[in-house]
Amino acid sequence: MRSKKSFSDKSPLGLTMAAIAALLFLHVPMWIIFLYSFTTDEATYSFPLPGLTTKWFGVALQRSDLWAALALSVRVASIATLAALILGTLAAAAVYRGNFFGRESISVLLVLPIALPGIVTGIALRSAIGSLDIPFSYWTIVIGHATFCVVVVYNNVLARFRRMSGSQIEASMDLGANSFQTFRYVILPNLGTALLAGGMLAFALSFDEVIVTTFTAGQQSTLPIWIFSQLVRPRDRPVTNVVATIVILITFLPIFFAQRISAENSDTEGGSK
Amino acid sequence: MTVPAIRFDNVSRHFGEVKAVDNANLEIRDGEFFSMLGPSGSGKTTSLRMIAGFDRPTSGSIFLYGQDVSDLPPYERDVNTVFQDYALFPHMTIEDNIAYGLMIKGIPKKERYRQVDEMLDLVQLPGFGHRKPSQLSGGQRQRVALARALINHPKVLLLDEPLGALDLKLRQQMQVELKAIQQRVGITFIFVTHDQEEALTMSDRIAVFSEGKIEQVGTPSDVYERPASPFVAGFVGTSNLISGKVARQITGSEQMFSVRPEKIHLGSAEDTPAKEMVSIDGVIRDVVYLGLFTRYLVEIEGGGDLVVVQQNLKTTSMDVLSAKGQKVCLHWHKDHMSSVGG
Amino acid sequence: MLNRASTYLYQHPKLVLALLLGPPMIYMFVVYLGSLVALLINSFFYLEEFTGLVVRQFTLRTYLQLLSPTNLGIFGRTAGMAMAVTIADAIIAFPLAYYIARYASPKIKTFLYIAVTLPLWSSYLVRVYAWKLILAKEGIVSWFLTLVGLQPALDWLLSLPSIGGSSLSLSPMGMFIAFSYIWLPYMIVPIQTALERVPKSLLEASSDLGATAAQTFRTVILPLSFPGVVAGSIFTFSLTLGDFIVPQTLGNSRFFIGQAVYSYQGTAGNIPLAAAFTMGPVVIMIIYLLIARKLGAFDAL
Repeated sequence: MRSKKSFSDKSPLGLTMAAIAALLFLHVPMWIIFLYSFTTDEATYSFPLPGLTTKWFGVALQRSDLWAALALSVRVASIATLAALILGTLAAAAVYRGNFFGRESISVLLVLPIALPGIVTGIALRSAIGSLDIPFSYWTIVIGHATFCVVVVYNNVLARFRRMSGSQIEASMDLGANSFQTFRYVILPNLGTALLAGGMLAFALSFDEVIVTTFTAGQQSTLPIWIFSQLVRPRDRPVTNVVATIVILITFLPIFFAQRISAENSDTEGGSK
Repeated sequence: MTVPAIRFDNVSRHFGEVKAVDNANLEIRDGEFFSMLGPSGSGKTTSLRMIAGFDRPTSGSIFLYGQDVSDLPPYERDVNTVFQDYALFPHMTIEDNIAYGLMIKGIPKKERYRQVDEMLDLVQLPGFGHRKPSQLSGGQRQRVALARALINHPKVLLLDEPLGALDLKLRQQMQVELKAIQQRVGITFIFVTHDQEEALTMSDRIAVFSEGKIEQVGTPSDVYERPASPFVAGFVGTSNLISGKVARQITGSEQMFSVRPEKIHLGSAEDTPAKEMVSIDGVIRDVVYLGLFTRYLVEIEGGGDLVVVQQNLKTTSMDVLSAKGQKVCLHWHKDHMSSVGG
Repeated sequence: MLNRASTYLYQHPKLVLALLLGPPMIYMFVVYLGSLVALLINSFFYLEEFTGLVVRQFTLRTYLQLLSPTNLGIFGRTAGMAMAVTIADAIIAFPLAYYIARYASPKIKTFLYIAVTLPLWSSYLVRVYAWKLILAKEGIVSWFLTLVGLQPALDWLLSLPSIGGSSLSLSPMGMFIAFSYIWLPYMIVPIQTALERVPKSLLEASSDLGATAAQTFRTVILPLSFPGVVAGSIFTFSLTLGDFIVPQTLGNSRFFIGQAVYSYQGTAGNIPLAAAFTMGPVVIMIIYLLIARKLGAFDAL
């Protein structure tokens, strides 16, 4: 029945169902991976699972190629995140602070690496690196990752700068602190969680990146590249299931906390927007 | 002759085409409560920011007790600021906020907190040291901001519309307190406000700003009774400005002058005023009864309206409201006219 | 010492700006934009077939190669997929976004917001991999369809020429499902943002003026949230255009743009053609962005 009171606080049943369905569509596939990491089936993806076992976790832990790939991914993500933290914070500070020609285009420039398809960034960097005769290495991967990690930090930090009561920096200098002391005692504590959130997201982004990496890595294999090779030519199905599960688990917590930080900030700020 | 606390020597601050402060000259005396009054965009806040060092003059020099500080950063000037939004550090306790300046100077912890307690007493917030700024009311934050500035014993304290965010009652209370604190610590206060009443009640002297220029500097009574320009006459209190033919009728010259509404007596048309009074006839066009007093709008001979305010000492609302349409004679003392040279 | 340095910086604000802006801008301009420009230049060179060497001479012949039937087929296939994914995502995303924007209590809203954005950041590859498992011939979908007796229907769908394949996990249909799944959050967030900007008073005004819930939805909510849909479609469209992981994992031998670029630059060593190929999505996206801006999508980003 249609009635005038239909814009109440109660959601229509059909809408609720559709919303729940979309939510399940977003999350159920991940649970299925968990399930598969315990299967006894080595050769196919058969369902229902023929049996349950935990032995593949042990097998995966013994694989040195996996450990090497994981170590490379962590090293790349750490350096890329560090670079993104420095470059992103500097850019955010400049945009927040000054009025200068081209200020509006900075955001566009920084967002370009994630707005344009990954293959564009990937092949552009590959042909540039190739034509400069730079050997593909750990560092070429980092250079590629830093380009798209910067914007994540930049966005988080700039949002925090804008939220910060404008005169805090002036107040600090007014009370006798020079620029460096002001940075240490006032700016850094204010940026704290924004840097943490931006850093964690940048880390997650880099840790997971595969498209640009396939273009900028030489013979090296990051964890995503290892997984990708298994996607195309599955050789170690049970181990891949375990790796996928572990990847979900170890990325879940930092992303969850980073999201919490951003969500809380947008909550408290939402009113004044 | 003592050195002025602050001296502006042909100070200008331009933002592109906009002349926020335009060739200002000013002297603020040691120990006085000095207000910078003006509407928003008049240059008063920019002037304050240049004294603090947040902004630098495009040209000209600023002297603090004789020293040219134009190029010194804020942390090398012996002035402190109370900000409009208080600018308390949200990640620090009240105690650490107030102790910030001493911490930067490297004063030992124990001594810092001893002085903080003194300051908390001064601003009547004893025992609040361990709270966070978010747990305080607007008025309390205001006091903390004051304590945080005063603990450094600055030579000059700058206050940027510090009472703007408070409600009327609290604002009036803080006005009295601020004045009392200033007299106790005995340092120069420079107070920026757009509220003329606030400026008149608190200040030793006032500078009235308009469009980047200083229109007049003087004591509250100077500024109120002898406005130097039509702008001052209109901005500080309300004023009747008379010029042209009507002015000639009264003073014999077309030079513009001002007269305050409360200085005008409303007499009947038959009155013959005393010799030192001037007078003009008119008709009451509108009456607004305001309890304590009544405001009349009188159309005068020769054209133009004058606002006249009379206290309701003996009259009731019935009496005054029935006066509409009556012919009256307005007169005021010659001394209450002020030439404004506009 | 630090005080002196700090004072020097105070007196030279332009220097401070240069110091702040310098490192990120040098990095982005030299490394990123430099590479992009080099790529653009490369697309105007060509590969000499016999020697297998790139001839660095301005020519449009590489672009002419794009017009071959095979390559046009790749563009058409990819754009078609991008469009289908975009439409599907808009349909799936809208109810959830609408629920979050209109009905969820603040607590549930935060929870749902995190639930929607969490997959955005969690491993993209693992999420593709999930569908490899689910859609496999012996996998969960087949099992379920057999259980309810719909297996023949699936077999019939898979036998269709342009969308079918040997199994769901090796067919355009499978890719379509995986793409829709992976880019869905990118569609939900902007729609939700747009819906939240529709003031409640407008809805009340509409129903006050006699509109039924359905009429209000059609005449007020839908038009006002449309910029959000367009904003979301920028992501779903662009991301599908440039992806080569999903086609490589779940597709058949018929190439998509991403795969073509990957294989031209890799095994064939034909950087100019690969470069010209990437200009395809870039140009399509620029046109798309211009239209989107006209439709007001940028306010919803």
